Amino acid sequence: MLELKNVCFRVEDASGRKEIVDHVNLTIPDGKLTVVTGPNGGGKSTIARLIMGIEVPTSGQILFNGTDITHMTVTERAKLGIGYAFQQPPRFKGLTVRRLLSLAAGRELGREECCEYLTGVGLCARDYLDREVDASLSGGEMKRIEIASIMVRCPKLSIYDEPEAGIDLWSFTMLVDSFTRLVRERHDSMLIISHQERIMELADTIIVIAGGKVSEMGSREEILPGLMEGFRAGCAYRGEDA
Amino acid sequence: MDYQLKEAEKQLLLAVADTDDLGKGAYSLRANGAGAAIHSNDVVTIQKKEGQPGITVRVSSAAKGEKVYIPVVITQSGVDDLVYNDIYIEDGAEVEIIAGCGIHNDGEHESRHDGIHTFYIGKHAKLTYVEKHYGQGDGVGGRVLNPTTVLHLDEGAECTLDSTQIKGVDSTKRKTDAYLGKDSKLIVLEKLMTHGEQKAYSDMDVFLKGEGAVARIVSRSVARDASVQVFHPRALGHSACKAHIQCDSIIMDGAQVSSIPEIGAYHVDAQIVHEAAIGRINNDQLIKLMSFGLTEEEAEAVIVDTFLQ
Repeated sequence: MLELKNVCFRVEDASGRKEIVDHVNLTIPDGKLTVVTGPNGGGKSTIARLIMGIEVPTSGQILFNGTDITHMTVTERAKLGIGYAFQQPPRFKGLTVRRLLSLAAGRELGREECCEYLTGVGLCARDYLDREVDASLSGGEMKRIEIASIMVRCPKLSIYDEPEAGIDLWSFTMLVDSFTRLVRERHDSMLIISHQERIMELADTIIVIAGGKVSEMGSREEILPGLMEGFRAGCAYRGEDA
Repeated sequence: MDYQLKEAEKQLLLAVADTDDLGKGAYSLRANGAGAAIHSNDVVTIQKKEGQPGITVRVSSAAKGEKVYIPVVITQSGVDDLVYNDIYIEDGAEVEIIAGCGIHNDGEHESRHDGIHTFYIGKHAKLTYVEKHYGQGDGVGGRVLNPTTVLHLDEGAECTLDSTQIKGVDSTKRKTDAYLGKDSKLIVLEKLMTHGEQKAYSDMDVFLKGEGAVARIVSRSVARDASVQVFHPRALGHSACKAHIQCDSIIMDGAQVSSIPEIGAYHVDAQIVHEAAIGRINNDQLIKLMSFGLTEEEAEAVIVDTFLQ
């Protein structure tokens, strides 16, 4: 279980102090899929980065299975069982897909094992194992390899930052299929930051973050209908069609 | 091999040729400024040159998948070695030539090897030329390597030049000239890492003379500490040809890197492209690998190693 207690993250720039994350309290329970959603710039990605240790809270506390991880490094959190998938996965010149997956696993993976994981995200292993994780791969391919690298690790808590960002519709369908399978087959905790209804439909819990604060939190049944209604009401092009 | 390798020579040979046994094939070993061992076989003839230091290698058309070792090792301080090696590869031959130079310098005098290799690659012949440079030793004397490689590719010839300098060479000035005939193909893979106060300069001129000639030059380097690197690859298209130069460097600490790719077209159908990038290790790359449980130092090592592979 992951708990955020009164977590704040503040930055200072020329225009003064800004609370990116403002006294956030939330709990990510074991074995559940939590989707964090909300408007752009609301602080969702920062919360994910605070959980992974990429950013350090200005104040507050982060507990993972009862251990205070607030000031732990990314490496230490990874060893405790937290995994993180980037919104824009970094590319590496010279690093092959097979080596990346082996690094994720912490051991040299055989061809068969790599194939299993890549097939799980809809990639034909034969075409990808020896390819470099560089600019020659599309955004959709990068996203699927990113997800495969998290699946290889089997983290107790996996965090996905907008897995749908920057990919085509076909790749998105494959992503949703991958997450559906993960939810069905695995019993670890997942936290997905997403704007997509099809991903929210998979959630046990939905948390809405806006202006750096938790504005709504509850079960999918409680939150999703209201979110979709709000979207339809506020959507200009739907209004014109009507 | 008749020559008895000393322990330091074995280490150097392993570093530059991945073996301390030059085997049953054709080979030439040069040690401390003199020819140490030489061996020919039925498809590769190696002879010591008359009137000039160096060897002449002749690879016959019958050679298919042949490996030829021509490494140089220097274990004495103060050696200043200059060789002229001429390599003739007959039409249709297929050969891998493993050269390279290792210097172990424990002394106070500079040890230096200038190897001038000239290749004549016949029609439809295939050459892979692997050249590794490596230095070690605790002496204050410099370890200096200045290789010059001249490649003449006849019609339909293919050549891959794979050069690596990863460690221990204080100063290197590399010069590569390539003359590409009709439908010939050249691939250059250059990998370099410098550290301390090392200096590395690489000048390369590729002349695409024949119609249908293709050249691909890929240079990857990592500059650490206060080291200096300067790259100047040129591709000059004199025919309907294609060339691509790609230079990527990772810069660290207080190093300096200059990358000056140059392209020239002297024919309306010459297609020549260059790309060059220099930058530090991306923070997201480090975080990605740290999120696998690697420490920052381990992540940096993986990024550097794979970049240079």
